[in-house]
Amino acid sequence: MRPTDTSNPDYFHKVVDCQYACPAHTNVPAYIRLIAQGQFTDAYMLNRESNIFPGILGRVCDRPCEPACRRGRVEDNPVAICRLKRVAADNRDDVSALLPKAGPGNGKKVALIGAGCASLAVANDLAPQGYELTIFEKLDVTGGLMRSNIPSFRLPVEVLDEEIQMILDMGVELKTNRPIESMKGLLEEDFDAVFVGTGAPRGKELNLPGRQEAATNIFIGIDWLESVAFEHTESIGKQVLIIGVGNTAMDCCRTSLRLGADKVKVMARKPRAFFKASDWELEDAEEENVDIIVNHSPKEFVVENGKLTGMVFELMEYDIDDNGKIIDQRVTGETTIPCDDVILAIGQDNAFPWVEKDIGIEFDKWEVPVVDEATFQSTREGVFFGGDAVFGPKNIIWAVEHGHQAAISIHKYCRGEDITRRLPDGQMLESTKMGIHEWSYSNDYDGSERTLMPHVSLGERFRQLNIEVELGFSPELAAEEVERCLNCDIQTVFTANLCIECDACIDVCPVDCLTITTNGDEADLRTRLAAPAQNLTQNLYVSAELPQTRRVMIKDEDVCVHCSLCAERCPTAAWDMQKFTLHHPHTRDEIDPPPAREVA
Amino acid sequence: MSFMSKPTVRHPKLPVNDIGLTVRDYEGGMSTLCAGCGHDSVTGALVQAAFELSIPTHRFAKLSGIGCSSKTPAYFLRDSHGFNSTHGRMPSVATGANSANRDLYYIGVSGDGDSLSIGMGQFVHVIRRNVNMLYLIENNGVYGLTKGQFSAAADKGSKAKKGETNLQPPIDPCQTAITLGATFVARGFSGDKDQLVPLLKAGMKHRGFGLIDIISPCVTFNDHEGSTKSYAYTREHFNLAIAADFVPPAEEIKAEYEEGAAMPVELHDGSTIVLRKIDWDFDPTDRISALRNLQENAEAGEVTTGLLYIDESQPEMHEVDNTTKTPLVDLEFSQVCPGNDTLQKIQSRYR
Repeated sequence: MRPTDTSNPDYFHKVVDCQYACPAHTNVPAYIRLIAQGQFTDAYMLNRESNIFPGILGRVCDRPCEPACRRGRVEDNPVAICRLKRVAADNRDDVSALLPKAGPGNGKKVALIGAGCASLAVANDLAPQGYELTIFEKLDVTGGLMRSNIPSFRLPVEVLDEEIQMILDMGVELKTNRPIESMKGLLEEDFDAVFVGTGAPRGKELNLPGRQEAATNIFIGIDWLESVAFEHTESIGKQVLIIGVGNTAMDCCRTSLRLGADKVKVMARKPRAFFKASDWELEDAEEENVDIIVNHSPKEFVVENGKLTGMVFELMEYDIDDNGKIIDQRVTGETTIPCDDVILAIGQDNAFPWVEKDIGIEFDKWEVPVVDEATFQSTREGVFFGGDAVFGPKNIIWAVEHGHQAAISIHKYCRGEDITRRLPDGQMLESTKMGIHEWSYSNDYDGSERTLMPHVSLGERFRQLNIEVELGFSPELAAEEVERCLNCDIQTVFTANLCIECDACIDVCPVDCLTITTNGDEADLRTRLAAPAQNLTQNLYVSAELPQTRRVMIKDEDVCVHCSLCAERCPTAAWDMQKFTLHHPHTRDEIDPPPAREVA
Repeated sequence: MSFMSKPTVRHPKLPVNDIGLTVRDYEGGMSTLCAGCGHDSVTGALVQAAFELSIPTHRFAKLSGIGCSSKTPAYFLRDSHGFNSTHGRMPSVATGANSANRDLYYIGVSGDGDSLSIGMGQFVHVIRRNVNMLYLIENNGVYGLTKGQFSAAADKGSKAKKGETNLQPPIDPCQTAITLGATFVARGFSGDKDQLVPLLKAGMKHRGFGLIDIISPCVTFNDHEGSTKSYAYTREHFNLAIAADFVPPAEEIKAEYEEGAAMPVELHDGSTIVLRKIDWDFDPTDRISALRNLQENAEAGEVTTGLLYIDESQPEMHEVDNTTKTPLVDLEFSQVCPGNDTLQKIQSRYR
């Protein structure tokens, strides 16, 4: 292999698994260290730079960071990253003086459609640049899905309001109760650019026999959650079936319990390994005694005397191959499960009845607008899309990142620049060496197990719809959990020409990630490592030729615990522990005047 | 030295040996030697060798004298027996321990100072007695603990860190051992575990006295230009004469060897060492040839490594002395101490 090019920020970025997995590339290890030092406000602001809603996301983020966390590969459970984020939000001081302010007006006007996370993210980035921003919202409240679809026992309204207000306070004009009926009409107004962040507001239908007859007792999940959130729905039957097993289904079943249901079953067509819901949402629902029933495929609604009394399911059996893929399936029988109400939570679609087809905005065969994946611009210049409205339902953190990227595009577009020529990611590396065997981070490995989140008791939590179930970590619990972070951003940086091949680093490495051997191609090298490298998604760090034997130093990044012992035992400082900081450009990095960015 | 110890966390897919242990189970405490010390690599090789042989950790006894090298038994096999004796006196303690319990694997760790200066008298006699042990000399040519004076193993012409030249000839422990009748003599290099680990395994399994002289550079006082025991010098003058592959008893010899180049030597417990000739003049089963080659190579300034001499036919100490086959600890009290009547009978013979 050729020596690893660590001048490309992607290499070390990928070592920071959590940050790499986060769509917004939040600097997780850095904010966890700030929490460890009790600097909650700084941790909050560092979070806010990337993900804008630390308080909200600290409760309800889909947490792509946690399954990626290296700790989960070394032990069973990842660091409770999401919950730590909430600790920063819960314990921070007043941040109003630290927040970005509206910039001096630049005379450009931008319309943002929908007051959800995507539009708010665009507003957050554009307001400090002096844009005149107008958000159009069809409801009379902000927040989009965050308010209407996420139950208040998971996300308190006050948290939502406060973080949205931080953005609106930068002089953003909010027009509620203003559904946009016609894109054509909006484009005729004098906006310089339009951003569409309208989400995926249409729940999927399940057209089975009996659907029409039983319509009064069958609800579409996201619509039903919305009507609960706005207090139009205050009760539900005793026996409720939830069809589908994604995160919306989890919110539906837990909300049902709070509205009077006592037997709630979540009906899944496939086995557990195929569930779309996140593990922790499944656990939370099961803690509340929700039955999750697998291998039941809905067949028909049973209606007696004009009223829904149950549902017929086909019992499924699947053949699953070694890779976990279903290769065959068959129906082995049928069963009827009695119920009073059914909630359908089987997916969402986008809906753009208000976008005319003759204004240059192209749609694909699924009726989704054709949007560039990097610039978020549609086929009509100056019209941008982001969030669930564009590439289908994802989650809040993806919508935020779409917002950041769309904001860059809008800014460049309004300045007449080429929106495809974007700033690349950058990196900074600084040594953490403080003295002999002393580092500016907590390098020793802490073997503690993942801290459990304290919950409100089962007896107490159903009393009212809006009792937040998770109590959050106390600063004391957080202090234990932060030590589990492996500081993956403190990189092991190797300087080949200093190495005397004494093997000290190899001998001391607790997880056997280092090898000195003759060079070869990657597949060959992976078979010759000190410990077998089975995780092919993790890179090998290959050095230049070593001076004495012309062999190479290889590090398998997979399970490095960043304990610094390789650097401590190195007699020549060929290994150093250097803090990696990713610079992921946002709108404010587009400085004025725009620099020439010719690549040499 | 590091302020923290090596974390107990391990690679989740770390292999286990025949008795279900991982290599981590054969480790010891955190080294307090200088970072980059050759001795730490020898420690690492010992851990690897013991792991690969699947010997339970409590079947080892570690013995040492005084010096940087003699500290290292604290850094491997934390669950084994051990005795850190006085300077140069490890051979006596090893002889005593071995006399009492012949069933353990004895590993003596010594240095060039401990063995070739203060302990030279002990060193030669433990060889003569053919005590069943593996004796390691971690040889760096200097007295590291007293800040880098030349040792008795320093080569003529080698330069000290401050510039003075050594004018006295070195003692070569390998040549010495062969002339004294040692039955297993090898030389390794701490910077080459591929070679060292099989040598250690063969040495542990050899019946009788096994010596491995390991060039183990002192990074602090003897790793500079002009030193003949530095990492760089050793690599430049490294001459592998005889490579040794260790094959455990239950396994077949699978590797293909060139006709005439491979020489299998069966050890006492049924395992085999396959000697591969690299230097074609070298016959490691012929004492005269081995000595001649060692001397010639030394004259040419080469560091001859590999399994230099082996003789599996010689009786070890217990066989020569015709002692009991049972370790004393396993004997009945009446056998170890037959009582006053027996004592009186014995004494009456001398009256």
